[in-house]
Amino acid sequence: MLKTECPVCGADVELNDGTVKGELLECGECGTELEVINLDPLSLAEAPKEEEDWGE
Amino acid sequence: MKIGFLHSLIRKDEKFLLEEFSKRNSELEMIDDRTIFFRIGKDKFDIDVLVERSINHSRALHALRLFESAGVKCVNTYNTATICGDKLLTSAALAEHGVPQPEVRIAFTEETAIKAIEEIGYPVVLKPAVGSWGRLLSKINDRDSAESILEHKTVLGSYHHSIFYIQKYIDKKGRDIRSFVTGDECIAAIYRNSSHWITNTARGGKAVKCEVTDEIAKISIDAAKAVGGGVVAIDLFETDEGLQVNEVNYTMEFKNSIDITGVNIPGKIVDYVIKAAKEIYE
Repeated sequence: MLKTECPVCGADVELNDGTVKGELLECGECGTELEVINLDPLSLAEAPKEEEDWGE
Repeated sequence: MKIGFLHSLIRKDEKFLLEEFSKRNSELEMIDDRTIFFRIGKDKFDIDVLVERSINHSRALHALRLFESAGVKCVNTYNTATICGDKLLTSAALAEHGVPQPEVRIAFTEETAIKAIEEIGYPVVLKPAVGSWGRLLSKINDRDSAESILEHKTVLGSYHHSIFYIQKYIDKKGRDIRSFVTGDECIAAIYRNSSHWITNTARGGKAVKCEVTDEIAKISIDAAKAVGGGVVAIDLFETDEGLQVNEVNYTMEFKNSIDITGVNIPGKIVDYVIKAAKEIYE
């Protein structure tokens, strides 16, 4: 289990061992959608906002 | 065998696919569309097949063209992505292949759009030809609304929004069908239930299991073939005249449909990709 801080609210965020770079997750405390920017060292950032051409 | 995995954000859908590739011990190269650039005419990629999972349609489309230009087999193909990414092209392909769909009119000016709308009769649905997740769909119930929405689109929208894609409104009675196709097989289907006329799960539609009947399988596979084939998800309307195809999606989302259908949708997709890679060497 990997552990870091939410870059928005500072709460602890735990990541599974299988987490990959680019993965989306949600801060359990403030609900912000986060992106895993890097695994070593572990770094999170607020996920990009929806763009006009996002979709299926 | 090496598989390129084109992506940006890794959503649950992509995570499921990665897990299935891992179970099959596939060698994967992760390709983030935010970090790659292309050298047109000079690119050589050390992969057998590329599976496209970008969240941005425009990046996916152009990247597929460039990977294919460099000799890489892609799932889905640039051709399929091009057709599915544009509702006008999808409707033309469906019509050319005799696949049932709601009445559609295309117009390029406000005046001709009004004529086209009134030829179908109110209500109609006005859609951006390129767009997803139910964004900017307008149900137009009368002439006042039509004039207002058409003017707003013309004045405030980019030029894309002045290609008016007008579809006859289908009373869905609270649900539509989303079916999933890999190659020649319709692997699963769900109902999307919603009290709103927009039933996309991205907009709150609730997924419920739907048996894949012969009729659902046939129209889904026919629609998939019409748009060039591959791994696609079909949105179907139930009408008094039978099933009709609303849209075909080429970077399908399935995370909410695995448990409900009991079908390992990502596993089926991965099997299709691996088969596509093996075919290169046959």
